[in-house]
Amino acid sequence: MLSRTADHLYWMARYIERAENTARVLDVTYNMSLVPTATGDDADLWQAAIEISGNTEAFERDYGQANAKNTIQYLTMDSNNPSSIYNALRSARENARAVRVTMTTETWENINALWLEFDQFLRKDLTVEGLSEFCDWVKARSHLFRGVCFGTMLRDEAFSFVRLGTFIERADNTARLLNIKYDFLMPVQYQMGGAVDYYEWSAVLRSVSAFQAYQKIYSDAIDPLRVSELLVLRHDMPRSLHACYDEIMPIIEQVAANRQGETRRLAGELHAKLHYGKMQDIFKHGLHEFLESFIHSNHVLGEEIQRSFLSATV
Amino acid sequence: MAHSVEQFFDEMQANVGDVRSIYKAYQNWLKNVPTQQLAAKRAEAELLFRRVGITFNVYGEADGAERLIPFDVIPRLISSKEWAHLSAGVVQRVRALNMFLHDIYHKQEIIQAGIVPYTILSNPQYRPEMFGVDVPNQIYAHIAGVDLVRTSESQFYVLEDNLRTPSGVSYMLENRKMMMRLFPDLFRQYSVAPVEHYPQVLLNNLRSVAQSGVQDPTIVLLSPGAYNSAYFEHAFLAQQMGIELVEGQDLFVRNNAVYMRTTQGPRRVDVIYRRIDDDFIDPLVFKPDSMLGVPGLLSVYRNGGVTLANAVGTGAADDKATYIYVPAMIKFYLGEEPILQNVPTYELSKEDDLTYVLDHLDELVVKEVQGSGGYGMLVGPAATKQELAEFKLRILSKPSSYIAQPTLALSTCPTLVEKGIAPRHVDLRPFVLSGKTVSVVPGGLCRVALKEGSLVVNSSQGGGTKDTWVLERDDTQPEKVAQSNKQVMKEEVAC
Repeated sequence: MLSRTADHLYWMARYIERAENTARVLDVTYNMSLVPTATGDDADLWQAAIEISGNTEAFERDYGQANAKNTIQYLTMDSNNPSSIYNALRSARENARAVRVTMTTETWENINALWLEFDQFLRKDLTVEGLSEFCDWVKARSHLFRGVCFGTMLRDEAFSFVRLGTFIERADNTARLLNIKYDFLMPVQYQMGGAVDYYEWSAVLRSVSAFQAYQKIYSDAIDPLRVSELLVLRHDMPRSLHACYDEIMPIIEQVAANRQGETRRLAGELHAKLHYGKMQDIFKHGLHEFLESFIHSNHVLGEEIQRSFLSATV
Repeated sequence: MAHSVEQFFDEMQANVGDVRSIYKAYQNWLKNVPTQQLAAKRAEAELLFRRVGITFNVYGEADGAERLIPFDVIPRLISSKEWAHLSAGVVQRVRALNMFLHDIYHKQEIIQAGIVPYTILSNPQYRPEMFGVDVPNQIYAHIAGVDLVRTSESQFYVLEDNLRTPSGVSYMLENRKMMMRLFPDLFRQYSVAPVEHYPQVLLNNLRSVAQSGVQDPTIVLLSPGAYNSAYFEHAFLAQQMGIELVEGQDLFVRNNAVYMRTTQGPRRVDVIYRRIDDDFIDPLVFKPDSMLGVPGLLSVYRNGGVTLANAVGTGAADDKATYIYVPAMIKFYLGEEPILQNVPTYELSKEDDLTYVLDHLDELVVKEVQGSGGYGMLVGPAATKQELAEFKLRILSKPSSYIAQPTLALSTCPTLVEKGIAPRHVDLRPFVLSGKTVSVVPGGLCRVALKEGSLVVNSSQGGGTKDTWVLERDDTQPEKVAQSNKQVMKEEVAC
């Protein structure tokens, strides 16, 4: 298929996924902020939300100290923040519009309706109290988007690039979330089974819809090592890094079948690490180092996909 | 000034109360159908068209609003005999025009013979870059839209030949699909010649004009993109033919060949059905600031590395100054008498014509030589005194940019308007396809001026469209249709 078409479809899916993940982080941060803390200060929480989005410097320049109000503004409606939900949804729709005729009518109508509905949120000021409703809406629209793609699209290259966009973005977001939360929450002297903040770690789980899964799989106290295992190595947890790469790998094998290049090797290497890795080993070398390295490699793979398939510069 | 419609030839009732034979069955059906029911059918059609996205953008309108071209549910009928005459006429014309284009870019015999003046070569649409370039099968206008109007039972005129990137064929196809859906019973009674094979004929033709030696040519449709007014049609045709819809940025030139960027790497392109004007097609040769085209495309084209349909430089044959010479071209190249007539035309570059036209401005239609889409034209009888005075000044500032024609008494066709069914002026654009053979699908884009008295049918000026039924037999029996109609009405009441 045309590289330009694939590019638009891939980024459409990435932006929708990005909006969903930002909404997840915000929603959980907000819920956490309602739990009383020893210091009575929740600035750290909001600060973490900004760091997960990866734009700390720009935020501090424009807003200074993070609090509920400015974090919500920055991550939802701020048109100067390239990863705000506003910009993510707008970019998703722009990309869809450019290839409108190559997608199914239902897919286009779904994305267009999403944008028209979003306009209503834009018109009234988003209050702290209205945040949960808004985040639920973003998540629901994202679920709908994936559903309509899955339910109506021909299983051809177009579908492959939509899925690829979704999972490259999701892997990045889950890795960032865990990385930042881990830095914030891990006690300096951690021991397996030691006391950790139950609320904080359960919030991390909830943000990726993994709380119930955790209870079902481990039915035990919430432990950072197990949380990490669930979000990194469990292949059956749909937002884990391993699950993302289980989706990415066959797509890359398929679209890169006739191509030379780094994409297959990079994807295969990352997939192998997740597929055969052990959590104890990862912890021994440092989860933080592991995640940093993963985020970097995932990013490089994204660039390689861009170069080989989507911009097709010769 | 609004015309009274009685003075015009009506497609259904040549004279009041005298229904033309091919319309008898339809008229019989129509008089039993309440107007509200027709209006409901039209509303249903609009809803469906909007859902499919058959919209067009109007230049100069705020935020490029998407609009539907109004669709009229009453078809225009053309008898098999009439069609035999018209199709022979447009095919003859396009054959001659292709020969003319080949000639003016090669030996220029028609000029040397003194039939067409040298000044034709100073037309800005004449592309010296094409001189001496051989195009496959010597075809320049692979797709031509010939605008026909009618003034009486026997008199048809050619209004203009569109040889650059004629549009509107998607309406011919979609209108037919819609009519078959809305009025299946009428199609059972009338044998209407099918038009659905148009994309297949076009595709076969495009394949046949690939450079020799190419076994399985890759064909693409090159569009200016989603903001172009005819984008829907580009997407529609690409989809119907199963070819890629590309934009300039998707193509690039390397080693005297054109490639498209695909996810599987560069892919060679052999034939480009382009819907971009010459001026924008290659920034290295034409408009340097154009982002729509492909740098280096013309050089590959001139060297025979790719085929463009239509060819570059066809505009030299379809402007209104060249139009005058088409009957002479037919005689010169084909040795035949023109089957279809031109509208008598005054050339304002000629002193006598200019004087006459300025004296009779309120009776004439004045058009810009290179204008299109109904922009920049004056309909004398419908213009105010002030408009006439203003246009006079425009003409005097550059007379050679204008031609004038008598105001034609365009035929009317019954049309569903706000206050019921009323006659409205129509024209017809059949699409002539040239490949190994020259052919025309039986039908065309029928445009209708929805405003009472208006003679301007262009969609950009508030015109609508109708389905055109070319009949395979002219002897449909009215009784049968009337009966089947009763049946349908009963069924509708029942549900």
